[in-house]
Amino acid sequence: MPAFLTALNPGWLLIAAGLLALFVQVRIVRQVITIAAPILGILLLSGTQHGVDLLTYETLGITMSFYRVDSLSFLFGLAFLIAALLNAIYALHTDNRIQDGMALAYGGAAVSAVFSGDLLTLFVFWELTAVTSVFLILQAGTRAAYFASMRYLGVQILSGVLLLAGIAYVWNATGSLSLTAFTSLDQPGAQIIFIAFGIKAAFPFLHNWLQDSYPKASVVGAVVLSAFTTKLAVYAFARMFPGQDELIWIGAIMTVFPVFFAVIENDLRRVLAYSTNNQVGFMICAIGVGTPLALNGAVAHAFADILFKGLLFMSMGAVLYRTGTTKANELGGLYRSMPWTTLFCLVGAVSISAMPLFSAFVTKSMILSAVASTGLIVVWLMLMFASAGVLEHSGIKIPYFAFFGHDSGKRVKEAPFNMLLAMGMASFLCIAIGLPAFLPGFGYEWLYSLLPYPIEAASYQPFTLGHILAQLQLLALAVFAFILLQRLGLYPPEKPGVILDTDWVYRKAGYGVVRWIDTVWAKLGPALTAIFRGVSERTYDRLVDTFSPRGVLSRNPVSRGMTVWTAVILSVVLLVSYLTS
Amino acid sequence: MILESLLVSAPDWAIRHAPVLIPVVPLIMAPMLALSPSGRLSWILSMVATAASFYFALLTLGIVQSTPGGIIEYWIGNWYLIGIEFRVDALNAMILLLVSGMGFLASVFAWPTIVAEVEKQKISLFLSAFLLCFAGLCGVAATGDAFNLFVFIEISSLATYVLVAMGASRDRRALTSAFDYLIMGTLGASFYIIGVGFLYAATGTLNMAELAAQLPALSGNRSVQVGFAFIIVGLGLKAAMWPLHQWLPNAYGYSPSFVTMFLAATATKVALYAMIRWLFTIFNPEFPFEQAIFTFVLAPLGIAAMVVCSFQAVFQTDVRRMLAYSSVAQVGYMILGISIATTDGVSAGLLHLFNHALMKGALFMAIAGICINYKGTTIRDFAGLGRSAPLTMAAFAIAGLSLIGVPLTAGFISKLQLGYALFEHGWWWAVLLVVFSSFLAVFYIGRILQSVFFLPPANPRKSRKEAPLLLLVPLWILALANIYFGIDASFPAGLARDGAVAALGLEAFP
Repeated sequence: MPAFLTALNPGWLLIAAGLLALFVQVRIVRQVITIAAPILGILLLSGTQHGVDLLTYETLGITMSFYRVDSLSFLFGLAFLIAALLNAIYALHTDNRIQDGMALAYGGAAVSAVFSGDLLTLFVFWELTAVTSVFLILQAGTRAAYFASMRYLGVQILSGVLLLAGIAYVWNATGSLSLTAFTSLDQPGAQIIFIAFGIKAAFPFLHNWLQDSYPKASVVGAVVLSAFTTKLAVYAFARMFPGQDELIWIGAIMTVFPVFFAVIENDLRRVLAYSTNNQVGFMICAIGVGTPLALNGAVAHAFADILFKGLLFMSMGAVLYRTGTTKANELGGLYRSMPWTTLFCLVGAVSISAMPLFSAFVTKSMILSAVASTGLIVVWLMLMFASAGVLEHSGIKIPYFAFFGHDSGKRVKEAPFNMLLAMGMASFLCIAIGLPAFLPGFGYEWLYSLLPYPIEAASYQPFTLGHILAQLQLLALAVFAFILLQRLGLYPPEKPGVILDTDWVYRKAGYGVVRWIDTVWAKLGPALTAIFRGVSERTYDRLVDTFSPRGVLSRNPVSRGMTVWTAVILSVVLLVSYLTS
Repeated sequence: MILESLLVSAPDWAIRHAPVLIPVVPLIMAPMLALSPSGRLSWILSMVATAASFYFALLTLGIVQSTPGGIIEYWIGNWYLIGIEFRVDALNAMILLLVSGMGFLASVFAWPTIVAEVEKQKISLFLSAFLLCFAGLCGVAATGDAFNLFVFIEISSLATYVLVAMGASRDRRALTSAFDYLIMGTLGASFYIIGVGFLYAATGTLNMAELAAQLPALSGNRSVQVGFAFIIVGLGLKAAMWPLHQWLPNAYGYSPSFVTMFLAATATKVALYAMIRWLFTIFNPEFPFEQAIFTFVLAPLGIAAMVVCSFQAVFQTDVRRMLAYSSVAQVGYMILGISIATTDGVSAGLLHLFNHALMKGALFMAIAGICINYKGTTIRDFAGLGRSAPLTMAAFAIAGLSLIGVPLTAGFISKLQLGYALFEHGWWWAVLLVVFSSFLAVFYIGRILQSVFFLPPANPRKSRKEAPLLLLVPLWILALANIYFGIDASFPAGLARDGAVAALGLEAFP
């Protein structure tokens, strides 16, 4: 490959292509751009050297490293590029310049962030993901989407600002911007960066932006959003905070709490949003464990999650596109009219449930084994519970309520071909990386060979009798529980309603406080304004009297004033020198 | 690499005599211009002369950077220790490069604006005066002799008085401003020569290096201290140090726009250079009285300039006078940087000096372009020009943002450096004042930009009248330089650092 191509960050290619797509009016040209750019990106990435700063820039004594690939970032970048390609195919039926361009730029920003070699570059693209992604929510065009997008933007920018503040602290303390992992959270810089990452990873209590915005995004938008932001945060944690004990518990809680919300939630895309929380929890927990096996598991699971979560969002998007809703109570029995979508959704569902032979099985078993080997029995049990919960809400609830269950009577067309194609490709990948390696180098071994610790990965066997049996037991019991509850009528019925999450605090209570302040201000305001205006007018008059062309300072003829001043300054200088020598 | 290839390709005589040729070429050309029959011919000759000076300045910089020790000593006529010495180190080289570069750009764009503003039969004389002024400024920046410096100051000043007075054909107030400037300038120069006289009496030499060698033993000598006081006040007057700046707004406000641009970019800078030279190389910042001057005179005056003149700029109605007050405020930043008396502080001051030349050069050049086609330079006259002359005004806006100190512009970098230096020195309160003064700059630049871009044109008939290409090209060179040096500041920052190191008498190029 020529030298200038090896230094070309595929993320930059995507960003440039995205910006170009923004201005291309002709739909077919734009489609070629959106599909060609990720493919070119994957080709570029496949030939890149690892562990070298491929593009650096130095200014003001700060060296920025724009393109650096290593074994940790490689798989994330690859997953993002694949996701960008699938998203582009999935979006082919639309004709929306802003959506096409911004989706591509958003993916590009995420790739660039993953391949950045220093904190400052990471920050730049961290912010860029926020700014580009907000358009995907806005493109839904509804009022709810507008408000959600503004809340989303606020939270994301807050994350970026915190990150910058943390970087400033780190820079001040160590004089280095390199991406070396923090060993502890003692430094304020590390704490601030931890929170900044935590916002993007949707930590418990920082997670509301996710459930708030993803379900309100456009059909394509939700698919695109599901791939990048949280996984970028997972990468950032794996890079900067591997083995940080706090992450184990945070991750474990993250896996458990969304289960309850997801089970009672009616909007199926919102269920998926909670399920995103849950899956990210597994990765965060594994990063907290920090052993090579655990980190392998986290990275592999992120890779698999981008595919199967994208697949599930795609299938729900197809449902939304054809029926106009993703509310569980309005859906059901769609398998008759959308058989292919049903099939792909089922593939996604069994993948996320970690059924043997599907992708999550080979990745999550690494995480579970790593946690088990630490001896943290409570955490392990929490993860097991969450695994069962995943099956409950994503594995069974989504396909059951959308495609089976009670017949809603909706008879719609099958999803457009491009959607089916994208879903088919995602399904293929979900199965391909979940299969045992019948041929050496294929199946899960291919994925394992790309992991950050390939040697440890090569020695790990997912398809042992114990793993398979344990997983199958878990799945069987979860299915059994679902059927039992459904038969007895105890399963939460699919009905519309508002679920109170912690964002009530700022969306209702906080809003109330602001309203109250506003009322008080409306009473006090005029009086204060009058006082303020009086003071400022008097100050302004004083300033004009002094400084304006007709003011005191400009009144005397120049020569007269200045000769006096010269004499004054001379005598001051003489006096000072006299007194000090 | 550009400098190296220049050095390789330059002929032997050019390398040997480069420092002295910088002022000598325009000095010789000036009388020839005065005799030239056609204005256009003398314009071309003036361009040739300034271009030659710029070339030699680049050569000089190259030589200085490649010489171990970083000093060129050039004894005119080989009168060793008796005659005049030209002594060029990294600081001189930087100032020479700045002056000759700005002079060259100024003379390129001079033609359209001179035709518009100067009577036809006086154009040759006008350009001749310009070259004299240019030669004088270059001479100040190159010489290593205290008295010779005075001579060059007078050459440039006398020419400047003439140039300012030429604005009379546009505005009669130019005559009184020129007269005021004449009195004040002469006062400054005389103070300087009085100071030099005191020092000569104490040491018996006029050579700067010799003075520097002898003065440490004489720091308690009263006549040395008196000489110091006179020199600092005299040069302060020339550099428009607040409150000795009052000649400047009038001189810049009423002179021909070409002269304003050239003076704003070079004249005060050269005086400041001379001040740095005296403060740090000849006198020693270790002297107790000099330390007191830094803390109790220069720093307060610098800060006062920053705040007071920014306020005055806010209330001006004429754009040129507003920018002139702003110049005094910027001189305040530089003097504040100098008064820290550390390498960081002086280099921040020098960097701001360099960047300020770029931004004020661009601003005044844009105004010159406006004066060709439109009448009046009040803010109201500027209304709607963003639509009538978008290219000119876009460059104006870029330079204006740089003056404010918006990130990604050159002005930001130098203010940042100044802030660092102040922090290092423990003067965090001064950092707040720098920020406050920049905030005032937002006001006065904002007032102009608001009028330019958001108000309807004052004269709708003259729509779409851009400045001539001859002016736009150097204007955009300066505007883009403002952005380029705001992103990659390594070149000017390196010059400033080397200059500061040289001024403080440290080894610049080991």
